[in-house]
Amino acid sequence: MKSRHQRLFAIGLVLAGVGLGATFLLKAMNQNILYYYSPTQLEAGETPGDRRFRVGGLVVENSITRTDGTMEVRFALTDEAHEIPVLYTGILPDLFREGQGIIAHGRMQGADFVADEILAKHDENYMPPEVADSLDHTRKQAAYGGDK
Amino acid sequence: MIPELGHVALVMALCLAVTQSFFGLAGPIFDKPSWSAVAKPVSIGHFVFVCIAYAGLTYAFIQNDFSVAYVAGHSNSGLPFMYRIAAVWGGHEGSMLLWILMLAAWGALLGVFTRRIPLQTAAKVLGVMGVVSVAFMWFTLATSNPFDRLIPAPMDGRDLNPLLQDPGLVIHPPMLYMGYVGFAVAFSFAIAAMIEGKLDSQWARWIRPWTAAAWAFLTIGIALGSWWAYYELGWGGWWFWDPVENASFMPWLIGTALLHSLAVTERRGLFKGWTLLLAVSAFSLSLLGTFLVRSGVLVSVHAFATDPARGLFILAMLVFFIGGALALYAWRAPQLAQKGGFAPLSRETFLLANNMLFVVATLLVLFGTLYPLFLDGLGLGKISVGPPYFNLVFVIPTLPLVLLMGMGMHSTWKKTDWSQLKGKLWPFALATVLFTAIVPLIVYGQFGVMKFIGLTLGVWVMAVAFIDPVRYLLRKHSLRGYSRTMLAMCIAHFGIGLFVIGVTMVETYGIARDIGMKPGDVAQVDDYSFTFVGTRNVEGPNYSAVRGEVIVEKDGERVTVLYPEKRTYRVQQNPMTEAAIHPRIRRDLFVAMGEPLGQGAWSMRIQYKPFIRLIWLGALVMAFAAFFGISDRRYRVRSEAEAAERTPAEGHGKLQEGLA
Repeated sequence: MKSRHQRLFAIGLVLAGVGLGATFLLKAMNQNILYYYSPTQLEAGETPGDRRFRVGGLVVENSITRTDGTMEVRFALTDEAHEIPVLYTGILPDLFREGQGIIAHGRMQGADFVADEILAKHDENYMPPEVADSLDHTRKQAAYGGDK
Repeated sequence: MIPELGHVALVMALCLAVTQSFFGLAGPIFDKPSWSAVAKPVSIGHFVFVCIAYAGLTYAFIQNDFSVAYVAGHSNSGLPFMYRIAAVWGGHEGSMLLWILMLAAWGALLGVFTRRIPLQTAAKVLGVMGVVSVAFMWFTLATSNPFDRLIPAPMDGRDLNPLLQDPGLVIHPPMLYMGYVGFAVAFSFAIAAMIEGKLDSQWARWIRPWTAAAWAFLTIGIALGSWWAYYELGWGGWWFWDPVENASFMPWLIGTALLHSLAVTERRGLFKGWTLLLAVSAFSLSLLGTFLVRSGVLVSVHAFATDPARGLFILAMLVFFIGGALALYAWRAPQLAQKGGFAPLSRETFLLANNMLFVVATLLVLFGTLYPLFLDGLGLGKISVGPPYFNLVFVIPTLPLVLLMGMGMHSTWKKTDWSQLKGKLWPFALATVLFTAIVPLIVYGQFGVMKFIGLTLGVWVMAVAFIDPVRYLLRKHSLRGYSRTMLAMCIAHFGIGLFVIGVTMVETYGIARDIGMKPGDVAQVDDYSFTFVGTRNVEGPNYSAVRGEVIVEKDGERVTVLYPEKRTYRVQQNPMTEAAIHPRIRRDLFVAMGEPLGQGAWSMRIQYKPFIRLIWLGALVMAFAAFFGISDRRYRVRSEAEAAERTPAEGHGKLQEGLA
């Protein structure tokens, strides 16, 4: 094989690889991206329809209730402007507790957010960046005294 | 006093690194051999001073010197001795010092083991290593000095994160860094070759053992990290596609491609520019990983530094090294002469395909890791890319990779005869397909497409891995004279097979159940019954725990008693789940406690993980193979002629021949 052919062959392989990669990439991306919503956005009725999404906030004090004998737990998440009720069945992470910033993955069902996954990081000072942002937003709004 | 000595030693090491870079690079450029000769002894002195600095920090930890801010932040007088030593790399500043120590160690090894390499080349390599060292020491001294004092000193330290108090994590970071940083050697060789404008088979032979060693350490490091996540993060997953994991995995992928591309460059003098590009990329991805983890742009368990100054500094370093290397590449690569071609069906083609697939896999992982940052940076919304994306895009290039691997290792250089290849392999292919179609059906009574594909690929690679050495053994009754590089390749590919089977079994036959259990409750998982006896309180050296007792029985016979714990570490007061695992090569039984549900009841996660050990065993086999390959004598010869003598003749259509 001459080196020119060899180069063409190599370029062909690269293009095929890139093409293949790009196709699957877009497909996979499209299905597996989770968008983040704050409780305020949910309150305003913004939801991505049937898709799974992420919601984050602080676990509201005294909001955790369990159904006896099952692994079902209810609590509320807040961004200090609005609250959203969350329903979850399963084991909660070690650092899940009232006042902690957490992220939940799941879907809306009626007025409840039904979570299938709860994330809390292993650091008591940790705040998920999304939650930090929404809190910041709320606090700024409050500081401007609602002159918006 | 000792920490100040450490600080001074680090400054001294920085001065020596500057000396090393200057003489290492200026010597060859101005053609002054006496200058070049300085680089080697200085690289050893540089290592010695970094060792002193490192020992100084370790001493501060052992002595509980809480007047050192870093010690106060990451240790405590109640911390067991072993973890005090490991706590040195339990935070950002100490991790950077470990990075520097590893880099200096590689530099010193280069200083000692490059006698066979011409002085001018060795000096350049050490010079580039010196520049990398300077950058990292400068960064550490300027933005993250581990020796800073805290006045007044606190009475006690804030303790090491309980997650990191674990034997697996004592060795995980040193191994990982050894691998990460080891790619700096390949990078330095690549830069040296580009400065010289010359790259030959000999160059490839110099760099191969170094690359293999770095790759082996990285493999062990990643496997340890995965193992640690499995039992310590508490929930039994072995890979999460966390950005920090990806940061270590991408250099591994490119490093693997580099090892294969180097084989072609050494044996056939081809793929030269490509090999250089991979060597530059492997280290660039290590740097990118460092940036992602250290700058705090990703927030995860591992990102303990969130200081924009640090981020900017590393970003500048990233631009300098990657940009500089790529500019040099653009200038020099077109001048590298290549002779010779290859047929569309040849070992070269298989290795080219291997490289393409590895690069595609890396780019897909890179894209998934950076895309959310990119969107966030542009203010286009906050998204997260989850494991399903990575699982999908990673499996697609790796399936053909594993399939082709079995064929590629039996192909010949220049031109492969398809009918011979087919003749050699078809019995194995047939046996593999029959085996994986029938055995799971008998043992597990079920059939699934993914299971079948995964098992077939794993068994296929394992089945064909040792054909050549076994034939050689049958013919000569000894493996004497068989190329060690070849044998290493066979062993490493066998390891891949083990890994693929492990992954397939865990992902398809694994069972996980989350249930609430009262004392006396029994849960049935697979053939095992788990009886929750109850809990009691126990005291550890620096924690208190609630310890559960779970009796595991199979067919009425006791298998084991598991004691999962929920610990609370006294200093940081964080709860920690300590899973109890009964490991066997065939399966792991895994029990972890969730939270109390009242009246002595607890939520529990019970898991049955078939063959999960093969995942880490496969990785260890791969790492062993790489170390074994380094022992090949042809890396220790002086001349080309001697090397040719020690290298088996090139195959021209004969199938016995190997990828040396």
